[in-house]
Amino acid sequence: MAAESGKIDPMHQFEVTPLGGGFNLGGHEVVFTNSALWMVVAAITLGLFMWGGMRRQLVPGRWQAAVEGFTGFISSMMMANIGTEGRRYTPYVFSLFMFILFCNLLGMLPLGVLGLHPFTVTSHIAITGVLALISFAIVLVVGFWRHGLHFFSLFVPHGTPLPMIPIIAPIEFVSFMVRPFSLGLRLFVAMTAGHVLLKVLSGFVINGFNAETLWLGSIVSVLSFTLMIGISALELLVAGIQAYVFALLTSLYINDAVNLH
Amino acid sequence: MPQIAQLTADNWYLASQLFWLLVVFAGIYVVIGRGMLPKIEATVDARDRKVADDLAAAKAAHAAADALEENYRQQGDASRAAAQKAVAEAKDKAAKDAEKRLAKVDAELGEKLSAAETDVAAARKSAMAEIESVAAEAASDLVAKLSGAKVAAGDAKAAVKAVLHG
Repeated sequence: MAAESGKIDPMHQFEVTPLGGGFNLGGHEVVFTNSALWMVVAAITLGLFMWGGMRRQLVPGRWQAAVEGFTGFISSMMMANIGTEGRRYTPYVFSLFMFILFCNLLGMLPLGVLGLHPFTVTSHIAITGVLALISFAIVLVVGFWRHGLHFFSLFVPHGTPLPMIPIIAPIEFVSFMVRPFSLGLRLFVAMTAGHVLLKVLSGFVINGFNAETLWLGSIVSVLSFTLMIGISALELLVAGIQAYVFALLTSLYINDAVNLH
Repeated sequence: MPQIAQLTADNWYLASQLFWLLVVFAGIYVVIGRGMLPKIEATVDARDRKVADDLAAAKAAHAAADALEENYRQQGDASRAAAQKAVAEAKDKAAKDAEKRLAKVDAELGEKLSAAETDVAAARKSAMAEIESVAAEAASDLVAKLSGAKVAAGDAKAAVKAVLHG
């Protein structure tokens, strides 16, 4: 349908295109892409946002209060889930949360109006998967470094009856090993689905106004546009929630590694 | 689907994705996570500590004010009690003084009264004696006039005395 009516391909927004600056790294060609560009944009925006909160006043201004709201949100979450030792992992979880949040939100910007094509970095499983693997690697390293082989007691929940251990342990092991996939997949799917939905609806808006029976097409367009407004708001919510869920689950997994069960 | 397609081996941009992700995320972690975040957290901690300190100072000042007020109240009570005691003592003393003076005046008056009484008694005695002699004279005169007999002064006196004193 998309091909025959006005070349609107909802998957086109996820295309990675090279922007130049290629070099060879261990046999792989590394190119600066639009994906990399939006990562850098997110990093710079995040840096500017944080820099605005660095005035370190006793009575914070609006901007400083906003930045301290974010840092306080993450540090209180780490405190609640891990305890005082959670402070050591706050820099990582905070970086993760803010990077995902800014990538999600920047991908939502209506820059298409200006002819630019925003790219949602977090709609790629390669990106979210690597972030999930980093979190998982931290859990493994911290777990084995702090508890040694005792870390395997994670697979036997406290109070399990002895005959149940052969059944419970494999289940716990599988659920543990699935964590990086579910963590990466959740963010990737939520971002992709939302953006596809928005693109499909915007296709309806355009094709409706171009339809042969204009009155019918216009009704479809107006309805689709109304729906798009609501879904855009929902996507803004999802952008925040998915970043929060990623950070929350990472903190819970680190808690497993630090405190076992 | 480009997201799945890049995971296949012959895709050109998987290496670029991973390289730039690691570079950018490492940069964010080092600059923002390790550099900026601790400073912001230190600011927040310093503020929390200052608020807690100020609250503690306010509480201490409140307690000091309470103690001061209690002290003041006790001092007031003590001085009021002292004042009441002094008033009572002064009253007591004044009453005793008045009593003493009254007793003295009483005694003086009593003395004066008894002196006056003795004076009166003496005056009465002398008056009596005079009356006796006058009565005796008058009796002897009367007797002489009526009977012509002369009565001795001693006899007249005795007779008058007998009549006067029964």
